[in-house]
Amino acid sequence: MKKRLLKQGGFVFGVLLAIGFSLIPFLLFVSSAFKTQRQVTAIPPDLWPTFSMGFFRSAIVRYDILGYLLNSLIVAGLTTVVTVFLAALAGYALARLPRHWAHGILMLILACAMFPQIAIAGPIWRLLRVLGWLNTYQGLILPYVALTLPLAVWILALFFREMPRELEAAALVDGCSKLGALVRVIVPLSTPGLFTAAILTFIYAWNEFFLALLIVTDPVRQTMPVGIALFQGEHTVPWGEIAAASLITTAPLVVMVLLFQRHIVSGLSAGAIKG
Amino acid sequence: MASLTLKHIGKRFGDIVALSDIDLHIENGEFCVLLGPSGCGKSTLLHIVAGLERQDQGSILLDEKIVDELAPRERDVAMVFQSYALYPHMTVSKNLGFALRMRGMSKTETQHRVQETARLLEIENLLTRKPSQLSGGQRQRVAMGRALVRRPRLFLLDEPLSNLDAQLRINVRLELRKLHQQMHITTLYVTHDQVEAMTLGDKVVVMRNGRVHQIGSPETIYNKPADTFVATFVGSPVMNFFNGRIGQEGNRFICRSSEFTLDLGHFFRNLVGKTVQVGVRPEDILVAENKQTPLKAHIQMLSNVGAEQYIHARLGKSFITVRTAKDAKYHPGDAIYLSVALDRLHVFENGQRIEPHE
Repeated sequence: MKKRLLKQGGFVFGVLLAIGFSLIPFLLFVSSAFKTQRQVTAIPPDLWPTFSMGFFRSAIVRYDILGYLLNSLIVAGLTTVVTVFLAALAGYALARLPRHWAHGILMLILACAMFPQIAIAGPIWRLLRVLGWLNTYQGLILPYVALTLPLAVWILALFFREMPRELEAAALVDGCSKLGALVRVIVPLSTPGLFTAAILTFIYAWNEFFLALLIVTDPVRQTMPVGIALFQGEHTVPWGEIAAASLITTAPLVVMVLLFQRHIVSGLSAGAIKG
Repeated sequence: MASLTLKHIGKRFGDIVALSDIDLHIENGEFCVLLGPSGCGKSTLLHIVAGLERQDQGSILLDEKIVDELAPRERDVAMVFQSYALYPHMTVSKNLGFALRMRGMSKTETQHRVQETARLLEIENLLTRKPSQLSGGQRQRVAMGRALVRRPRLFLLDEPLSNLDAQLRINVRLELRKLHQQMHITTLYVTHDQVEAMTLGDKVVVMRNGRVHQIGSPETIYNKPADTFVATFVGSPVMNFFNGRIGQEGNRFICRSSEFTLDLGHFFRNLVGKTVQVGVRPEDILVAENKQTPLKAHIQMLSNVGAEQYIHARLGKSFITVRTAKDAKYHPGDAIYLSVALDRLHVFENGQRIEPHE
C-alpha cells in the first residue's frame, strides 16, 4: 500500500517535472507579455509580472497584429479545408485498394513528405511567380496543402481501413452511390480521424514560417509568425510586444485543441493501434 | 418480388477459385438456403447477387432480366449482414428509413412505413435509440427491419443468426420462417448451420470449395445425399461410413468389409466387384434383440442429449454411432447386435451416390 503510494507519487512528480521543464520558456514569455517596459529590461529579471496590458495594446495598435491574425486564419483555415477534403477522398480510395497496392502508394506519399523544405523552396517560389501567386493567399495555401496532404492522407487511410466494410456494403445496397456511402456513412463515422487530420494540418499552416517569409513580402498579406518576426523597434527589439503577439497567436490553437481533445486522442490512437 | 437465376457464375481471387460454374434457379417467393462450411464461397455468391462484387463469368438474372451491369442500388435487393452493419450514427428509426429516403420517398410516407415495419418486428419502443444502446437480439431485429421495410424484390441474408446465443437463435429462426410465410419475398439465405438450412429452406444448396454439391429440398438433401460430402455435412451426429466390396451370393448382393458383411438384398447388382462406401445414419440403425445379425458391436461410450441418447460403439475396427431411446439402459462394455433397414442404406462409389436398381 505504502509502496504503491510512493510509486504513484514518484510518477506524478516525474510528470510534473517534465511538464515544467518544457513549459519554462513558454512561461517566461507569458510573464514577459504581462510586464511593463521597465520590467522587461530589468536586471536581474523580474519573474512575477505586474499584469499590465500595455504590450497587448501596443501590439494591436502599433503593429496591427489583428491583420496578421486574420491572414493566418484565412490561410490556415482554407488549407485545412482543402487538405482534409482531398485527403478524405484519397484516404478512402487507398483504404479500399488491395493492400499491397495501397502500401506502395502510401510509401510513395511518405517519400514526398521527406524532402527538406529548403530543397523545394526555390522551385515553389518560381512556380508561384509564373502563376502570379506571390503575395497572395492561394500562393501560401497551395504549398501548404501539398505539404500537409501526406500526413492527412496517412491518418485518414488508416482510419478508413478500420471501418467495417459491411457498413459500406449496407449503404450501397440501401441505395447509395460509392460517393454517397462515403459522405453519408463513412465520413460521419470518421469524425475522430477527420478532426485529428484537420487539427494537425491547421497547426502546421498556422505555425509555418519559412515559406510564408519567402512567398509573402507584402505586409498586408503576411501571416502571424512572419509578422511577429519582422516587428521593428526604433532602437531596440520590442520583446514585450513580441511576447504579447506570440501569446495571441498561441491562444486559438490551445483553445481548439482543448475543445476537440477527446476526438483527437481517439483519432490518434485509432491510427496508431489498429493501423 | 422476383425469381432469381444464376447462370455459370465463376469468380476467382488471384489464384484462388472462389466460385466455379454455379447454376441455380430460385422461384418467385421461394426461400433458398446456401449451406456450406466457411470459405466455400457462399458469402461471395451472395455479394455477387447483391452487386457488391462482380463475377468473372456468367450472368445473374432477376425476373429473367440480366442485371450484371446494375449497381447494388439499382437491383432493388435488401441485405442483412452477419455483423448487422447498422449505421451507428443514426437512430433505429433513421436506420430503417435510410433506404427509403435514399430512394426519394417522402418524409411522411417513410415515417409510415418505418412505423409499420417496427410494429411487425415489435421494435416500436426502440425507434429513438442508437444501435449502441441495443442488445444483440435487438440489433438483429433492426437489421431485419431495415431490409424488410423496403419490400425488396430479393432478400439476401448473410448468416444473420450466427451472432445470437443458442436460445435466441431458435426463436428468431422460427420467426424468420413465419415472416417469410407472411411476406413471400424471394430469399437467399447463407449459413453454415445445417439445422437452419433444414428448418428454413424450401430449397437447400450445399456448397464446398466454390462448387455446388447438391440442390434440393431439405428432405432430398437429408434422405438422398448426392455424395459423401453432403452425407457427412448434413445430419448430426454424422452418418456412419464403412468401406466394403460388393459381392454376389445366389441372387442377393452383399457388401463385405474387413470386419463384417452387409446384406444388400437384390439391389446394387451393377456394382458387383466394386469398392464402395456404405453410409447409415445413426437413427436408421436398430439395436436388435435377435442375435442372428452379423453386426456385433461393443459399446464404448454413451452420450445423452436429453430427448434421446447415442451409443458410440466399436464395430470391428471401425466406430459406429447409434441412436437409441432416452430411457434405454446400456453400459460401456456391453455387446449389442445391430440391424439396418435395407432401404435406409446410402451407397457411394468414388464419393458419388449410387441409386439402388430394382
